[in-house]
This record gives sequence, structure tokens and C-alpha cells, in this order.
Amino acid sequence: MTDLPTETTRKMGLVIDLDTCVGCHACVISCKGWNTENYGAPLSDQDAYGADPSGTFLNRVHSYEVQPEACGTDPAHAAQLIHFPKSCLHCEDAPCVTVCPTGASYKRVEDGIVLVNESDCIGCGLCAWSCPYGARELDLAAGVMKKCTLCVDRIYNENLPEEDRVPACVRTCPAGARHFGDLGDPTSDVSQLVAERGGMDLMPEQGTKPVNKYLPPRPKDTLAAQGMEQGAGDIDLLAPLLAPVTEEAGGFLGWLDRALDKLPGGQS
Amino acid sequence: MHPAPPVIAFTTLSGLGFGLLFFLGLGLPAVTGWVAFIFYAIAYALAVGGLLASTLHLGRPERAWKAFSQWRSSWLSREGCCAVVALLTMGLYAIGAIFLETHWPFLGALGAALSIATVFTTSMIYAQLRTVPRWNMIPLTPALFLTLSLAGGALLAGQESKATGLLVLAGLTLLAYWHQGDRAFDTSGTTIASATGLGTRGQVRAFEPPHTGTNYLLREFVHQLGRKHAARLRVIGFVLAIVLPLLCLALPVGGLALKHALAGLAVLSHIIGVACTRWLFFAEAEHVVGLYYGKR
Amino acid sequence: MTFQQPEVDTSPPVSDEIRKTTCYMCACRCGINVHMKEGKVAYIEGNRDHPVNKGVLCAKGSAGIMQHNAPSRLRAPLKRVGPRRSGEFEEISWDEALDIAQGWLEPLRKDHPEKLAFFTGRDQSQSFTSFWAQNFGTCNYAAHGGFCSVNMATAGIYTMGGAFWEFGQPDWDHTKLFLLFGVAEDHDSNPIKMGIGKIKARGARVIGVNPIRTGYNAVADDWVGITPGSDGLFILSLVHVLMKAGKIDLDYLSRYTNAPVLVNQDKDSADFGLFLRDDHGAPLVINRKTGQLAPFDMHGVRPDLNGSFQMGDVTHVSVFRLMAERYLSDDYAPEAVAERCGIPAPRIRAIAAEIARVAFDEAFELDREWTDFRGETHKTMVGRPVSMHAMRGVSAHANGFQTCRALHVLQILLGTVEVPGGFRFKPPYPKPATAHPPPHCRVTPGKPLDGPHLGFVQGPEHLALLNDGSPARIDKAFTWENPMSSHGLMHMVVSNAHAGDPYKIDTLFLYMANMAWNSSMNTQGVMEMLTDTDENGEYVIPHLIYSDAYSSEMVAYADLILPDTTYLERHDCISLLDRPICEADGAADAIRWPVVEPDRDVRGFQSVLVDLANRMKLPGFTNEDGSAKYQDYADYIVNHQRKPGIGPLAGFRGDGTETGRGAPNPDQLDRYIENGGFFLKHIPEDASYYKPWNMAYQDWAVELGLFDAPQPYLFQLYVEPLRKFQLAAEGHGERQPPDHLRVRIQDTMTPLPIWYDTDQQGNAGFTVNALTQRPMAMYHSWGSQNAWLRQLHGHNPLYVPTKLMRDAGLEDGDWARVTSPHGEITVPVMEMAALNENTVWTWNAIGKRKGAWALTEDAPEATKGFLMNHLIHELLPPKGDGLRWANSDPVTGQAAWFDLKVKLEKAAPPKDLTQSQPETPPQASPVGLGPGTLTWKVGK
Ligand SMILES: Nc1nc2c(c(=O)[nH]1)N[C@H]1C(S)=C(S)[C@@H](COP(=O)(O)OP(=O)(O)OC[C@H]3O[C@@H](n4cnc5c(=O)[nH]c(N)nc54)[C@H](O)[C@@H]3O)O[C@H]1N2
Ligand SMILES: Nc1nc2c(c(=O)[nH]1)N[C@H]1C(S)=C(S)[C@@H](COP(=O)(O)OP(=O)(O)OC[C@H]3O[C@@H](n4cnc5c(=O)[nH]c(N)nc54)[C@H](O)[C@@H]3O)O[C@H]1N2
Ligand code: SF4
Ligand code: SF4
Ligand code: SF4
Ligand code: SF4
Ligand code: SF4
Ligand SMILES: [Mo]
Repeated sequence: MTDLPTETTRKMGLVIDLDTCVGCHACVISCKGWNTENYGAPLSDQDAYGADPSGTFLNRVHSYEVQPEACGTDPAHAAQLIHFPKSCLHCEDAPCVTVCPTGASYKRVEDGIVLVNESDCIGCGLCAWSCPYGARELDLAAGVMKKCTLCVDRIYNENLPEEDRVPACVRTCPAGARHFGDLGDPTSDVSQLVAERGGMDLMPEQGTKPVNKYLPPRPKDTLAAQGMEQGAGDIDLLAPLLAPVTEEAGGFLGWLDRALDKLPGGQS
Repeated sequence: MHPAPPVIAFTTLSGLGFGLLFFLGLGLPAVTGWVAFIFYAIAYALAVGGLLASTLHLGRPERAWKAFSQWRSSWLSREGCCAVVALLTMGLYAIGAIFLETHWPFLGALGAALSIATVFTTSMIYAQLRTVPRWNMIPLTPALFLTLSLAGGALLAGQESKATGLLVLAGLTLLAYWHQGDRAFDTSGTTIASATGLGTRGQVRAFEPPHTGTNYLLREFVHQLGRKHAARLRVIGFVLAIVLPLLCLALPVGGLALKHALAGLAVLSHIIGVACTRWLFFAEAEHVVGLYYGKR
Repeated sequence: MTFQQPEVDTSPPVSDEIRKTTCYMCACRCGINVHMKEGKVAYIEGNRDHPVNKGVLCAKGSAGIMQHNAPSRLRAPLKRVGPRRSGEFEEISWDEALDIAQGWLEPLRKDHPEKLAFFTGRDQSQSFTSFWAQNFGTCNYAAHGGFCSVNMATAGIYTMGGAFWEFGQPDWDHTKLFLLFGVAEDHDSNPIKMGIGKIKARGARVIGVNPIRTGYNAVADDWVGITPGSDGLFILSLVHVLMKAGKIDLDYLSRYTNAPVLVNQDKDSADFGLFLRDDHGAPLVINRKTGQLAPFDMHGVRPDLNGSFQMGDVTHVSVFRLMAERYLSDDYAPEAVAERCGIPAPRIRAIAAEIARVAFDEAFELDREWTDFRGETHKTMVGRPVSMHAMRGVSAHANGFQTCRALHVLQILLGTVEVPGGFRFKPPYPKPATAHPPPHCRVTPGKPLDGPHLGFVQGPEHLALLNDGSPARIDKAFTWENPMSSHGLMHMVVSNAHAGDPYKIDTLFLYMANMAWNSSMNTQGVMEMLTDTDENGEYVIPHLIYSDAYSSEMVAYADLILPDTTYLERHDCISLLDRPICEADGAADAIRWPVVEPDRDVRGFQSVLVDLANRMKLPGFTNEDGSAKYQDYADYIVNHQRKPGIGPLAGFRGDGTETGRGAPNPDQLDRYIENGGFFLKHIPEDASYYKPWNMAYQDWAVELGLFDAPQPYLFQLYVEPLRKFQLAAEGHGERQPPDHLRVRIQDTMTPLPIWYDTDQQGNAGFTVNALTQRPMAMYHSWGSQNAWLRQLHGHNPLYVPTKLMRDAGLEDGDWARVTSPHGEITVPVMEMAALNENTVWTWNAIGKRKGAWALTEDAPEATKGFLMNHLIHELLPPKGDGLRWANSDPVTGQAAWFDLKVKLEKAAPPKDLTQSQPETPPQASPVGLGPGTLTWKVGK
């Protein structure tokens, strides 16, 4: 049934650290590789070696520029660039599930994973229309809807060593920017990360209640902000570190001698 | 949104078809025999043709029957169910009218209700989508579908006076829909800032897309339409769907042949006009996912 | 209401078998698990046990399956039938191909071995290919390092016995401040990402110095959008501020560096600027305990940083005094450099202060006892948790050598090299320049070369010059034009061979380098040189043999193609003799092995070289009875011995239990395969830091066979060999530079690092810096044949900063005409704000020639994609002195890719433009085209 379960036992999902993601696309391709060979129809590519190549991907990495605004006397800082991976957020109030006419789309009771049962899917595309995040792509070769499965065929897979029972994208992420776990359990590592780092929802106003969370980038360019400006005096925390050892011309070698004497075993 | 021909054909044609069935079910006109056959043939051709066209849009049309199962939650499923029940009910009613020269008023009323309900379910497929603010307008979006369907149905059913009123109504609804639709995205609260969660840090701008080529999402949801082009099409659509048919109806002409010709012209103009506004309905609709690609 | 949902098989079988080998989608060499289904490659993931990647894998690595199955793979040896550049070939048998090659090579070996120029790209078997070339007898061998990052390598090795690049890495576990200069991706792709992730998780901070804020620089906590080419000035300004504030590690400097070594100050002496040495050649210091002269390594000595010594009339002062004199100068004050670097002076100070704070206020100790080379035992290891890393953004400028040196000097002043939290070497480094051989170039017909081609010169005596003073090598490496060109100058080979300067060659033999396209400067020119004919209608470069695995642009220019296998189909060896996969905590090497057999008539190139060597009976490949020593490369890997007991692979030697040294073990490859394709030996804890001076490490390295005797050394803040070249330029010594180079040598080969602006002659009117960056998900030209990767980077816009966009009236999607003193390109643009405001850039090597790589001719790579290389010349614009100076670093010959200056203007409206310019006419594809739709699935 395309009803949503009233509650799921667990809320498995991803936490993506925008402070650490270097935008390398490793997660994109490893997802493509795993899901081409595993769950359901392979992720096909059209015009693969031609003029207009395109294909099905379940995870894609965007990038955004953020231009901080000047505030008060503080001039605007340099623009920032943020890499932004995005796959299905396994929403609690998943509109993609309720719109599905065939029941192919569903949210699992045991872990909250939103899946497409490909043998029921008619490829109407409505679920993709209803997803604000662009997390679903209709595979042109198979004619069925594809989406992130949270690697449901990995995370419980007894044919994999225990430590590998995580999504392919998480396992491969070189920067460690992707975390996987139960966001329904406040004591889980992922929940704690979200709490510590102020994890956020995408498009909260859409009311989808995403399970996946994003950790915002940490503040940037603080060394530019710090008061090393001449005259900024009292807010200048770092300046004392750079007080010259001597003001006298040629005094440096004198200082050197004194400093060398102070080294352990320095005094002759 | 990508103005896919099957979907435009579907909503346009089946809207008209069910609109016509609505009037036939109410016995307007209360035709029988051959005349009834022609009316019903037209209505079914439009309604069923539209439905069939819509299956062209499916990735796996051979499984379309599975869509009947989720009427409890899915407007698309409801639409399918409703359409089938409406067609069956009206089919029975049509058998009476064509072969038995009888009208079963209760069945007709039921069929009429189901027919118009089908149009409503169609409209709700779009109106329910928060992701497309221009569609996510209740009651305007359903009102638009319903008034156009009824106006078209009345035109086809030769209900001149009703058609006149309904066309005026539909025209006003269309104007209201456009007016409010133009503001819908901005008032939806969804922006690139909320999409990325980065809005508190400064001005957000989409930089490199995830890939240099295209993808399903861009093809399906991101359709860039020039403002001028849209405005021109709105005028054309409005004139053809509403103004010209109204003129045709209002022209005080004598001869029956001329009258029929004018009625035919009104219908034709209306269909093209509706198709045109339907094209705009899709082409102008912006899906919030475009924000992620720096496009809307 | 009960909720029903389908059953999902959550435990499907994953594969039939996992084969563990080494990735080859770039030079990082991660371990991979190749999942096999029904004998076919089904899925590739990272090997968790592997020292390099510990399980993670980058996009290219995961896409290896598409590379391995790419339609562009060559299928059989090819003989050219059309003109060069046409791409018209016929497939021939291996016998015929090898006969042809032998027919060209054997006569050369007999009479003029140097007429073979054998140059290899970024392969990872240089110890083998150079061995082959040495045995052939030609002096003309090198790999691609000269155009890649030789500045980085030489500056590091001359200064501290190892460089960034792949020679070392930050102590990711302890560092608290990480400074990254001029890196987009680097060779250590996955380790750098893992490291950044690791330190960020700990709350440590990253400062990225780069004109462009993408990738690593995007996640950097602070971004310094420096003006290209000015890093040396910025770094020396940091040095200035830190020295002035006394925020330097005096103890470290006095013990482990040549800062206390005494330097001759007699301007008239032939020894001016050279070290004062004892009779054994050991540099002398003043012992602060006694005030007397002492060799630097004497037990108990406390070298005096402030030393001076009068010998006769000649004053000698410590290196450190010379440094104080130079770097305390106001020329390096932040205010003096700010404008040139594009960094406000307060920010330079803020960064210096932060470095000082972390290095000294956050210093810590590890409870590990260790003994130094002077016999002194230290109870703890002092950590200075500031680490640095740099790559081509610093090195690919004509002042890159000195800039890299400056960066190392900064690290050393802070005492943060080879200490906890700092920068650490990976075995076989540290290894000082003096422990490397000098270059060899003496050719004797029919005989091997007199020694290894490449090496480290210690002075003019080591230059590769013939008796008449002319260059011995075709690339003019190790000449006065670029004395320290330790990696050769691959980018000069084609143009020199074409010009017959210094002489003509007969056969150009290239391996794995797309020299007719993205790895050349002046791509159009190179294509013309390769096709140019002499008065008899013969090609000016008569024979061109090339080994590639794919249908690249270079293929079209060769006469004979020796098709290689893909990386999953052959044996390879990533050796400690070469560029191994070591980590700072351990020595490691690895292999590749055929996890699948080729389904085409292709052969591993190294095996083909063995075959050719056997046909020609090259000495190193032939037993005394004339029989072949090695059947193929696998045989060579196992049985070759460089020195008794030391071979290409260090693991599982002898009976399988011996490490480093030991007899060849016939089962060695199997043991590697069982072990996951690699071998790792950990460095003992007490040997893990202070390696150049730590006797526990020195002994461990000797035991492993990295060197034959302990070789502790001092870091060379002052590089004496540089001074020797200056002395020659001043007129001292027998070997003298040509007059036109004297001033340049004196100006650029300073023994203490300096900054100088690169040659700007001819750049008038061209004011915008133009750079390229590697995309993380693409490897040079290889990536485009990959159906998955090419969707990510199918074409490359020119990224233009907001201000320049406005100035030129450009908008996203417009096209711009970009001009340099050398050429012109017309390309699509895209706006970028997080970018130095006077710099434009693009992704490297995305543009493709039509017809290459089995792509259709209208592929976006060939229509919208473009190469910056068309704007870059291997020579600088003419200066009117009758000479064309090389567009290279004057010390090392490193190609100065990033010195490029351009101007840009809006081109015709976008509608009229569908093709980037210049457009190169298509080449025929010897492999046909790829399929349309791909639905790749190996299992059922
Ligand atoms: N994915 C991938 N990995 C690769 C490769 C690849 O093709 N793809 N190639 C491999 C090879 S052969 C090499 S040599 C390495 C090179 O690896 P990198 O050294 O990372 O080389 P580039 O990508 O050329 O990046 C040069 C960086 O220097 C910056 N830069 C340019 N000029 C200056 C300057 O004056 N100052 C500063 N501070 N920065 C500057 C540029 O903005 C750019 O970020 O990567 C290796 N790894
Ligand atoms: N504008 C600009 N140009 C640059 C640079 C830059 O920063 N900017 N960087 C320069 C640098 S640092 C480098 S290293 C060069 C790199 O330039 P190249 O060394 O030319 O690198 P690739 O494009 O990878 O080409 C290597 C060739 O190896 C082939 N190949 C791939 N796999 C195999 C294999 O298994 N066996 C064999 N035999 N061949 C194989 C590929 O098909 C390809 O033709 O580019 C240089 N060019
Ligand atoms: S693999 Fe990790 S670092 Fe790379 S793009 Fe994905 S999330 Fe970002
Ligand atoms: S992200 Fe989209 S596809 Fe995934 S659950 Fe939410 S609405 Fe559905
Ligand atoms: S495309 Fe498939 S999963 Fe999506 S709504 Fe239609 S039937 Fe359901
Ligand atoms: S969880 Fe699995 S399916 Fe989802 S994005 Fe990651 S790799 Fe792809
Ligand atoms: S960094 Fe990527 S491409 Fe390079 S070896 Fe590692 S996995 Fe392969
Ligand atoms: Mo390179």
C-alpha cells in the first residue's frame, strides 16, 4: 500500500557533512557502480559515447557559491564554494509514496527506507514530480523509477563482512563526509553529530520531514576577520604572538645568543 | 515542467470528453439512436483517447492496470478508477440511449457526477504537488480544470447558453489562475536558500551543476520559457479557448448551416486554445527541484 | 489497518569471488577489490586493508570497470597506412610489429644508440623502463616528471631529502593546522581527502592558498586567493614575520639543519659561499660548548647558530646569520609584498600568528625515546602540529623551484618536518640529494649507458655535456639552461628532435603519454612537428613507436602502435626502487596482476619491452650463455636483482619470510596476491619520526635494503650545489656557462631561497592569469572514454571571475575569445565568484580531438571542450636577443604551465557558436565507435 507507515521502527539515513565534502564525486560513481550491478534494473546510460550522454544516477553532487554579505564595518568576505551531494532523503512524510498509483513506492516499516518495487512500477513519473529534491530518476532503458535504496541490499547483507554493511557511497567517501545510521535513535553516532553540529533539513517548508540531515559548513575565513587591522588594537588576539624579539637594529643576533643560551644545554 | 505531448493531449482531450459525458449524462441534449451514437462516440473517443495517450507517457504501459490499486492514497490511481467507473456507467447509460432509446436518469446523473469527478481527480494530480507551486493552488487548479471541462463539454453538447456562461467562468478562472500562478513560486517559501540550507550564510548561487550533460530531472522538470513567448501564448490560448468560441456563440446568424459551421469553429478553436493553455500549464510550471540546478 | 510491503532480498550474493589488485585510474595506486561474477568484472570497491586508501575509492577508481571495458581499447598492433595525423592503420600481428620495432632499433643500438629517444609518461615502472633504456645504451630516456613537477621533487630533495608530492605526507593524526599551497588534487588523491576529513573531524583547521576556491580549497577554513606566481613572496614574508618574532625552533635548527654550518664570505675566493669543511669533507660548525670548530656530526657537539669563524683573512659565518640578513630585510615585510601577492598585510600577519600559535603554543610531546645520529638520546619526541603540503600550483611556475625551497625553509624554521604533527617522509625517503646518483650520459655503441640517466647534480661537473660543451641529451636536460633537471624535459623532446637541436634522432619511442595533445605545450605546433617532412618527403622524425592502451590523440601520430592491456589484465609492480606506495608509518609496495585475461590481441607493454630486449639480446636481459634472463615482466619482477638480494618487490623474499633483502622467491607473486596485492612493513615506533637523524630508523632502513649504510644528514636550508653553479657563472671553475646565461644563473640559483618574478617579456597587454586544474573525477585525457565519468565532465567552461565577466560584458553561456602572446582560443565561459579576481581557469585535458577515444565526432568534448595548451608555448615570446628562452624554470627546466597570461573578450553571440576554437580536423578511429545505450550488468 502506498500509505505511509504511521511510524517506523528505525529511521535509517545519511548525515552529510558540508564542511568536509570536497566534491570529488566518489559517492556518485560508487553508487552508480553498486546499483548498476545490484538492486533492480541496471542504471542505464543513453548516448554513452556520443554527443548528448546522460544516464540514471541516484546520487549527484551539486556545488553552490555563497557570497557572505558585508556587515557593519566588516567588509564582505570572499565568496565560498560548497559541494553538495544529494540523494533520496528517505522522508518521513514522503510525498513520493502517497502519490504512487500502483503501490510500487513504499516506505519500509522496519527502517523507514523508501523503495520502489520495480516489478510494480509503471513508470508514470508522478513520484519524481512530487519529490522536491530531485531524488528520483526514471530509467529510460528499463522504464521504471530508480532511486537511492539506502543500499538496502548492503546494510543487512550477510554475504558482506559486518564492517561493509553500510551504503556504497558511505564506504567509499574518501573525506568521510557521509555518515550512516539510525536517526531515530538519539544516542546513535549520527544523531549526536546532528545535535553537535546543528544538522539541518533541506526545504523544511515542503513538509516532507527528511530523515537525512546536512551538517552546515563551519565558519570560514576567520583569519581575515580577526583584528589584525592596524588600529583594531584590542580585538587583536593574535598580534602579541608576533611581537618582534628586538627593536634595535642588528639586535637580532644578540637576541639569538640569549635565546640559544636558554636552550637546554645551550650555555657553554 | 516539460510540456510532454501525451500529457497535454490527455488532459485536454479527456477533459473535453468527460465534460461532454457530463452533459450527456444529464440528458443535455437527451439524444437517442444514431445521434446519440455520434455524441457518445465523440465523447468516448476524447475521453478514452486521452487516457490512452496518457499511457504513452508511461515507462511500462503494459502494466498500466496496476494503477487501479492505490485509490486510497493516490490521486492518479483515483483518477484511473474514477475514469473507468465513469466510462462504464456512462457506457451503460449510452447503451440505453442508443439501442433502447431510453434514458435512465439516475444512472445518467451518476455517470455525470463520475465524469466530472474524474476531471477533478485529474486536476488533483497536479494540484496536490507542493513541488510545483503554480499547480499547488487549491481550489484554483481544480476550478480551472473543471470549468474548462464543463465549458468544452457544453460546447460539444451544443448547450449554447450554458456554454456561454461556462466559457465566461472558465475565462475568469484562467485569468485568476495565471494571476495567482505568477506569484505562486515566490510565495511558496521555497528558495535556493531553503533548498540548500545555506541561506543564513549569504547569497546563494548555483555554481557547477553535478554534471555537464542533461538528466531526467532537467528534461522533465526544467523547461525554460521566455516571458515574452509565454505572454504571447497566453493571449493566443485565451482568444482561441474563450474569446473566439464566445464570439461564435454570440454572432446572430441565421442559417442553420452557418450556425453549425460556427459551432464547429467554436469547438475547434476551443480545443486548440485549451491545448495551448495546457501547454502553458506545463511549460510555465516550475518545479522546486530547478532551484538545485540554479534554474526555475 | 496492517501495513503491507513487499519482501526484499536484503542478503543477495555479492559476487563469486574477490580479486585484490591495484587501481590504475591515477598514480595514487589504491588497493581495490575486484568483484567477479562468472569470470567477469562486476564491481570495484576499495580494499580496506590497503595502506594507501584503507577502503575508500575515488570516482575514477569506482569507474574502473568502465575504463576496463571502454570501446576505445586498442585491439591489436597497428601499422600506419595513412599519413601521420590521419589515424589510418591496419591491424598486424605481434610478430610483424616486433619485427618492425627490432628492425628500427637494432641498427641504432649498434651505431648510434642516442638516436633512440625513449620517453615514458606517468607509468609506474620507471625503474624498469630506465633499466631497459640504459641497457639499450641511449642517453635519451626520461619519464614525464620534467613537465609535471620536477620543481617540487628537486627542491624537496635538495633541501630536505624528500618532497611533498608522493614523498611524504602530513602527520594527519596529530596535525592541528594544515596549510595547502597550490593543490587541486595531486597524486595522493585519496590520502589527502582522508587526511582532510580526519583533521576536520578533530576540529583541526585547514588554510588553502590557491587562486581558485574549489575542492580542498573550498573546505579550507581559510582561503587565501593568492595572485598566481607570488607564493614565494608570501612564504618569505611569513618567514620574515616569524623570524622577527623569534617564532622559530632554534633547537631544531641547530641540531638538524645546516643553519649552523659555516660559509666562506671571501668574495674573491673560488670558495666564496661554499661550506667550510674538514679533511673528510664534513661541513664544519662552531661547537657552542667549546667555541671551537667541529664537524657537524661530532658526538656531543652543540652547533652554534650564531657561529662565525675567521680563518686567515677569510670570515666564515653560519648559514643562519646569512638567513637573518636576508629575510629580516624589509623587502619581505607583509606591507612590502601585500599588493604583489594580492593578500592584505594584516592577513599575512594573522596567518603568521596563527602558525606561530599552533606550532609553539600547541606543541606537545610523544612519550617515545629515541637516539640521534650524534649519539644523544631524547626522552620524548616534540610535536609541532603545523603541517604543509604543496604541489603544482607552486611548482609549475618558472620560479617554482625557489618557491618550493622557500616553503621547505618555512617548515624547517618552524621545526615541523619529521616531527609529530608536522610533515613526515614516506620510505624510501628521507634520502638526501647526495645519496642519489648523478646523471649519466656517456653513450658507447653496442654497449649499455655508463649509468642511470637521471639523477642529482652536485655541481657543474655533473652536467650532461659533451666534450664540446654541447648538450648530450636530446631534451637538453642537465645543461646550463636547466642544470638541475633531474627528471629530464619530456616537453622539449619533440621540438628539439624536430629542430635537430642538439642533434637529429631516428626513432621516438613513447609510452603512455598523449604528447600530441594534452601533455604538450603548443599542441598545434607539436602536431605540425610530428607530421613535418624534410626535403625528401620523409618525416623529420623518421620513426615513431607508441604504446597506448586506448585510441588516444597520440595514436594517430605514430607509425607503429604496441597496444597495451588495461590495468586489470597485466602484471605491474609498484616498487620501492621506484615510486612505491609507502606511508609515513611503513614501507609498502604492490603489484597488479591479470585479474582477467585480455580478450583482444594486446600485450602488457613491459612484457613487450622484455621481448624486444631478448630479441636484441640487451646485456641486462641476457644470461652469459646468450639465453634470455626473463620470459616476461612477471618473471622480471620476481627474479630481477638490482643488487644481490634486492629486487623490485621487497615482500616475501627468499623462502617467503624475508623482507627487503633476500633471494628471489618463485612464489612471490602468489604471496602478494594472497596478501591483497601489496606488502607492508611497519616502521617501529621509536623510528617513526626524526627519520633523517634517528638511528633506529636509519638501521631499520638499512635492514630493509633502502640503503646500504646509515646515512643521517642535515636539512639544507642553504643548498651548496646551487652556489657552485653561481660560482661557475661568476667565472670560477673549468666548466663555464655560455655568457648569455651567466646573469640568469647568478640571479636564480641562489643557495638561499628567493623570489623573483617570472619572465614577463612579451606579455604586454596580457594581464589575466590563466590556469588549469585537475578535476577530481577525471584523469587527464583518459577519463573521457569512460561512459560514467564523461557525464560529469563532458566539456569544460572557462571559469571567469565576476569582475572580469562584467568588464567583458559576459554572461554564463557566452563564448569568449582568449588570447595569449602565443595563440588564441574561443571557448564557453562560466562565472565564478570564489576566484582570484584576475585569474581565469578551466579543467585540464577535457577537450578532445574529434574521432579520438571512440567518441562520436560531435561529442561535447570535441565541440565545446577545449585545451588551454593551445595558448602555452614551450618557448617564451622572442625578446629580440636572437634566442628563444624556454618557458621553464631556469633551475630545473620544469614546464611553466601556470605562468600563462591572457586577455579575453566576448566572442560572437552564442547562437553562432557551437564549436570551440581552434578546431582540429578529425582522426579516423582504429577501433570504431562505442555503443549508444549502455545497460551494464554482469550478473543475472
Ligand atoms: N583526479 C586526478 N588526479 C590527478 C591527476 C588527474 O589528471 N586527475 N593528475 C595527476 C598528475 S600527473 C599530477 S602532476 C597531479 C597534480 O596535482 P595538482 O598539483 O593538484 O595539480 P593541478 O590540478 O594542476 O592544480 C594546480 C593547483 O594549483 C593552483 N595554482 C596555480 N597557480 C598557483 C599559484 O601560483 N599559487 C598557488 N598557491 N596555487 C596555484 C591551481 O589553482 C590548482 O588548484 O595530480 C595527479 N592526480
Ligand atoms: N594545460 C595543461 N596541460 C598539462 C598540465 C596542466 O596542468 N595544464 N599538466 C601536465 C602534467 S603534470 C602531466 S603529468 C601531463 C599528463 O599528460 P599525459 O601524460 O599525456 O596524460 P594522459 O592524458 O593521461 O595520457 C597518457 C596516455 O596514456 C594512455 N594510457 C592509459 N592507460 C594506459 C595503459 O594502461 N597503458 C598504456 N600503454 N597507455 C595507457 C592514455 O590512453 C593516454 O593516451 O599533462 C600535462 N599537461
Ligand atoms: S564522496 Fe564524500 S567528499 Fe566526495 S563528493 Fe561524495 S560526499 Fe563529497
Ligand atoms: S527525498 Fe524525494 S524520493 Fe526520497 S523520500 Fe523524500 S520525497 Fe521521496
Ligand atoms: S513511477 Fe513507478 S514508483 Fe513512481 S509513482 Fe509511478 S508507478 Fe509509482
Ligand atoms: S545509499 Fe546506496 S543507493 Fe543511496 S546514494 Fe548511497 S550508494 Fe546510492
Ligand atoms: S585515487 Fe582513485 S584513481 Fe587514483 S588509484 Fe586511488 S582509487 Fe584509483
Ligand atoms: Mo603530472
